[in-house]
Amino acid sequence: MRAFLHGSVHLHMIQFERFEIANGLKVLVHRDVSTPMAVVNVLYDVGARDENPAQTGFAHLFEHLMFGGSIHIPVYDEPLQLAGGENNAFTTNDLTNYYCQLPAENLETAFWLESDRMLSLAFSKKSLEVQRKVVSEEFKEHYINKPYGDVWHKLRELTYTVHPYRWMTIGAELSHIENATLDDVKSFFHKHYNPSNAILVVAGNITVEEVKRLTEKWFAPIPAGEKYVRNLPVEPKQEAARSKTVKAKVPLDALYKCWHIYPRTDMRYYIADLITEILSGGGSSRLFQSLVKEKQLFSNIECYHLGSTDAGLLTIEGKLVKGVKMEDAEAGIHEELMMLQQDGISQRELEKVKNKTESMIAFEDMSITNRAASLAIYELLGDAELINKELDRYRAVTADEIKKESNIIFDEKNSNTLYYYADN
Amino acid sequence: MNRIEAPVIKDAIEFNLQLKPCRQFTLNNGVPVYAIDAGAQEVLQLELVFYAGNWFEQQKNVAAATSYLLKNGTSGKNAFQLNETFDYYGAYCNRSCYNETAVVTLSCINKHLPALLPVVREMITDSVFPETELDIYKQNSKQKLKVSLQKCDYVATRLADAYLYGETHPYGKYTNPEDLDALNSSLLQDFFKQYYLNGQCVIFVSGKLPENLPEQLNNAFGDLGLKPFNKVIPQIAQLPAVEKKYRIQNDVNGVQGAIRIARPFPNRHHPDFMKVMVLNTLFGGFFGSRLMSNIREDKGYTYGIHSFVQNHIHDSAWMISTEAGKDVCEATIEEVYKEMKILREEPIDAEELLLVRNFLIGTILGDLDGPFHIMGRWKNLVLNNLTDDYFYRSIETIKTISAEELQELAKKYLNPEEFYELVVI
Repeated sequence: MRAFLHGSVHLHMIQFERFEIANGLKVLVHRDVSTPMAVVNVLYDVGARDENPAQTGFAHLFEHLMFGGSIHIPVYDEPLQLAGGENNAFTTNDLTNYYCQLPAENLETAFWLESDRMLSLAFSKKSLEVQRKVVSEEFKEHYINKPYGDVWHKLRELTYTVHPYRWMTIGAELSHIENATLDDVKSFFHKHYNPSNAILVVAGNITVEEVKRLTEKWFAPIPAGEKYVRNLPVEPKQEAARSKTVKAKVPLDALYKCWHIYPRTDMRYYIADLITEILSGGGSSRLFQSLVKEKQLFSNIECYHLGSTDAGLLTIEGKLVKGVKMEDAEAGIHEELMMLQQDGISQRELEKVKNKTESMIAFEDMSITNRAASLAIYELLGDAELINKELDRYRAVTADEIKKESNIIFDEKNSNTLYYYADN
Repeated sequence: MNRIEAPVIKDAIEFNLQLKPCRQFTLNNGVPVYAIDAGAQEVLQLELVFYAGNWFEQQKNVAAATSYLLKNGTSGKNAFQLNETFDYYGAYCNRSCYNETAVVTLSCINKHLPALLPVVREMITDSVFPETELDIYKQNSKQKLKVSLQKCDYVATRLADAYLYGETHPYGKYTNPEDLDALNSSLLQDFFKQYYLNGQCVIFVSGKLPENLPEQLNNAFGDLGLKPFNKVIPQIAQLPAVEKKYRIQNDVNGVQGAIRIARPFPNRHHPDFMKVMVLNTLFGGFFGSRLMSNIREDKGYTYGIHSFVQNHIHDSAWMISTEAGKDVCEATIEEVYKEMKILREEPIDAEELLLVRNFLIGTILGDLDGPFHIMGRWKNLVLNNLTDDYFYRSIETIKTISAEELQELAKKYLNPEEFYELVVI
């Protein structure tokens, strides 16, 4: 991420129009006249999973370089700020997303800026030098200089044997970023940053006609480039439980358990998502009530997944109450999972987690920025219309499916455990 | 085609910004309600603001613990039952404790409001603070504190506040494990009685509001022993530190230092306040600020550096905050002072000033998006004893402040010798 960002992307019931221009750029338009603003969101179909294992962290470093000047425009930020606009970007293991918001009257400024950096960067040596340092400090701030900061580095290496989800977006090690050269930057740009690998979403107080006119003017002249064809190694089915033990300078013992789940577009994804809600979605959820409140094994416990495009992970993590033994804490989790596997859930509990999901959809951040990013992400998954089908998919999940999937997912052979001990 | 020349823009300062008016009414007991009816979704956010922040406690952490444990048991429902009710209706009931105030926030789909208001009423009238729940709170808070104390940014933030206001002032005091140990249920019950049951309260509600909302709120809260805010908060003396410079080693393995550079600053009622908000933006308040451009985008010393005026009702502070590489902490501080010097000695040029004006107006325009954000603005005005006149005067200040005025403010406030300076590694 270029700068720290609050909130997350939720689901929305929204209207949009779609068209594609000759060079392969896909364009979505979402009109909302209740705001005076416009959002221009450009998603590139490249994430950390597309990196060379010897040059990890590159997609994210590249995100920073996209602000270091483009071929005709020496700086990106100033003209945008002068037009009353703001911008940010984020990189995940799956994709890189750039967005700016500005008064709708100044929409063309965003088209000018975004099209020029899709055409070509300036490839400034100074920018690379500075951003290498900035990203190194980001790496230190979030992953080295924080207690438990290296957990996901270790979990990814434990859970994935061949799939590039083996490394974090920030990179597997600092040296990969420190050693990046200008030639690496150029070849990465030419491979991934072109119209056929991009999705443009324009949202807010705009018209489809205006967006079509501006897209033709600014983006149509950009050469199509070569479509990048992704061919990633598939993670084989895990056949035996794995575990790793770590000692570190942290104040409390912690326990992390991960199980492989399904790709984002698999219908079983929705079942897995509701399972995380049952286990830790709120003050009445199972793990919190049983293990934090009643048995007091953990001082906090969470269950979540990252919503990754390829098959992801369902994770339970918690910090142990001082004096509790690791095996007792683990047995506590095990017992809760067994109960779900054997007894399933009641209709009321199922209704509860579905209501929470519905509420999340109704409560979604009303900002057009989030809606624009969601549309781009769903389009990347195959069809932006998915955005309006999500609630029905959650509603369709049955108690039987929850029980069945909890037996498949929480199979011991599918588990990965990280025992993280306080070294003192 | 011409890609070099920027498209023509409309200067954001030409925009006519309006803050949607707030509806006001009072409950039977005199408690004022501020309401914003806007948005398309059938949802609302209800905020009950009590004057029950840490300003009013006699012993550390009593206010925060009372606020947190409002959802952990009434005489009729235990913590699980309270939580399960909110969860079942897909609602969120959060408690937050600040310096002057403590807030109970209910976010829900409109149709569930009638089922949820009685539960909120139960929490704020009949909480019992069970000893077992308090014990869990103490244990888990102590564990969380232990982890936080290993982070240089956490340690730096609380020390900076202690230097600015003194450890005995509500803005400067911080929690130690023994403060948590010293809590007991009867302390919380007494605080609850005085500051919730018979406390001072103001209500904010926003969203697509149901027509009978005043009636619903009056039925739920209008007969309680709550009073409107009497606008008197007791004075508490500040004891700022005499020593200005600190270097602290918190983690021998640390690879970064948390830097805080801060000086006392008046609150929103001071005539310089809104002008300094513009100067602060230019200095370190946005991505294109002087501090970011120099220390991140030119030197690469940090992932981010920001300056801001603390959001306090009483006295405040102007602070610069960053985490920088261990070896470049001193160089970073030097650059911060260099940027202060430039602001004192050189007037800002017209182009940069226009950029800052346009950026600020554009940001406010974008931020007035939806009922919750609009209410956020109103709440800030009401709690700081201001009216919407303040909003419009701020806009006017952004549009008209001159380079000379900004330079004068820099000369008045940006003098290194008046700043506390702290590095925690």
